[in-house]
Amino acid sequence: MSLIDVRDLERTFVVRRKVDGGRRRVRDEVRAVHDLTFAIEPGEMVGYIGPNGAGKSTTIKMLTGILVPTGGHLRVAGLDPSRDRVALARRIGVVFGQRTTLWWDLPLRDSFELLQKMYRIPPARFRANLERFVELLDLRDQLDTPVRQLSLGQRMRGDITAALLHDPEILYLDEPTIGLDVVSKGRLREFLRALNAERGTTLVLTTHDLQDIEALCDRVLVIDHGTAVFDGPLPALQAQGGSTRTLVVDLVDEAPAIEVPGAVVRRVEGPRQWLSFPAEASAAPIVAAVAASYDVADLSIQEPDIEEVIRDLYSRGGV
Amino acid sequence: MLYVAIATRAFRRYSTYRAATIAGIFTNSVFGVIYSYAYLALWDENPTAGGYDATDAVTYVWLGQALLMTIALWGGGTTDDLAERIRTGDVAIDLYRPVGLVGWYLASDLGRAAYHFLTRGIGPTVIGLVVFDIRLPAGPAAAAGFAVSLVLAVVVSFTIRFLVASSAFWLLDQSGVKVMSGAFAIFFSGMMLPLVLFPGWLGTLANALPWASYIQVPADIWLGKHTGGDLLAALGFQVFWIVVLLGCCHAVLRAATRKVVVQGG
Ligand SMILES: Nc1ncnc2c1ncn2[C@@H]1O[C@H](COP(=O)(O)OP(=O)(O)OP(=O)(O)O)[C@@H](O)[C@H]1O
Ligand SMILES: [Mg+2]
Repeated sequence: MSLIDVRDLERTFVVRRKVDGGRRRVRDEVRAVHDLTFAIEPGEMVGYIGPNGAGKSTTIKMLTGILVPTGGHLRVAGLDPSRDRVALARRIGVVFGQRTTLWWDLPLRDSFELLQKMYRIPPARFRANLERFVELLDLRDQLDTPVRQLSLGQRMRGDITAALLHDPEILYLDEPTIGLDVVSKGRLREFLRALNAERGTTLVLTTHDLQDIEALCDRVLVIDHGTAVFDGPLPALQAQGGSTRTLVVDLVDEAPAIEVPGAVVRRVEGPRQWLSFPAEASAAPIVAAVAASYDVADLSIQEPDIEEVIRDLYSRGGV
Repeated sequence: MLYVAIATRAFRRYSTYRAATIAGIFTNSVFGVIYSYAYLALWDENPTAGGYDATDAVTYVWLGQALLMTIALWGGGTTDDLAERIRTGDVAIDLYRPVGLVGWYLASDLGRAAYHFLTRGIGPTVIGLVVFDIRLPAGPAAAAGFAVSLVLAVVVSFTIRFLVASSAFWLLDQSGVKVMSGAFAIFFSGMMLPLVLFPGWLGTLANALPWASYIQVPADIWLGKHTGGDLLAALGFQVFWIVVLLGCCHAVLRAATRKVVVQGG
């Protein structure tokens, strides 16, 4: 059996909404997640991506047991998360980028020590882990600072340490790099990669930063409107949208959309136009045709990038 | 042990607010002096009001000032943290920890209470002792009884504050309920006026409500009004309310967990 086993998972929310200027209340159902099926094996690093409101956080909450599914089958490490929430808590770590598990008024060190007691981490193990994470995440100078005085990035690193002290098999990260600067993001990614390599920790990470995915994940799960629209390795996702490349043309003067055989104009912005053409086709005849009929100031060719692929996926609503 | 660690952390955390502590001791002392003179005038009119003599009355005033913060009469204390975590949704994370919320916050509140007792409790009492004629516990039984009763008073008050904070699960914000509950507490704890002075049915009612455990019960034990079996009965009264209210806390928490985990907040 897989470490994480999700079959036809569903979560609907009942929301009550006022209509007629507040005189009437109607009951609405929001399907946050539906028909979601996937399996994750030990040691995988999976990127879980999708547009706002796609159902990522809802899924993570169900995986951690703090939200009960309304339908489908869900097992994590053989346990039913919502029923065995506390037993599962000892085997997983969770970081919600927008929330903190640390105690606001206590120094970082005190939060860690409370967690040690809470999870009954053997002292030697605790000291070794703390030492290592503090070193790797560069938190030594912050250990005695109350959490409320930490910067966002420092707090996030504190939260990640807190989530890992009890050696969880699975680490869920819901937007861990949100609000971090480039250097901190880089260091965090490096840390997560090392964690996975050294300890085989399974990583499930949601993010809107595709560089996180590129740097970390061998596998990508794309969710949109509550259901998976892509599940596979990153190169396969790139190949999906790899069907087109883009020729960016800067004309000397503004002009109506360029008409040349083999390419279509996707966007016009002043004198600049974007033409897309099949990735396997050669750019040379298209460039020649454009140059023959228009006054061109500059030309460049864009390879398909993952962001575009995903934007494409979202707008098509599936593969 | 986890709970001891939680209590120690809370103690330490409150001890960082030094200026607030000193200002608080000052305020408690000023109110103690004002109330003392008011009570003395009252007992001058009626020297045996409520079965207290003037020394009892003044002692009662200073006990009230000492207990005020220790039991967090107005509400607040560590349960304010809980209300805040409910409001922000962080409480969802607390729910998946391998430790219950009631025990967690109770331990934390006992740590807070210990700090407030040592500072805001003992501080004004020293002033009271110097300025006024105050009665000390009648004997070792009264002293021990008072100590137990004080801890029980904190727990009773905690359960009510926990319930108030839990209202945020449904109302998003505890402040309305907190103000209301604080008003009840001030009136029915005997903070404004000893419950022994409440007439007829109002007195009977007030003495049966949980708020009587806050000040009236520990004060009467201190003053030696309860001895022997009566003292045990007074402590039993507090324990009774703890059992009932802790039951309510667990029931409410179960309902709240259902709401968060099943309905999704
Ligand atoms: N407690 C709730 N009650 C009602 N609707 C909810 C609740 N939680 C989530 N939803 C709805 O479910 C959908 C999925 O939300 P979710 O938070 O899982 O999205 P997400 O993929 O994490 O988005 P983001 O990228 O913005 O974090 C949204 O339409 C949201 O409004
Ligand atoms: Mg989200």
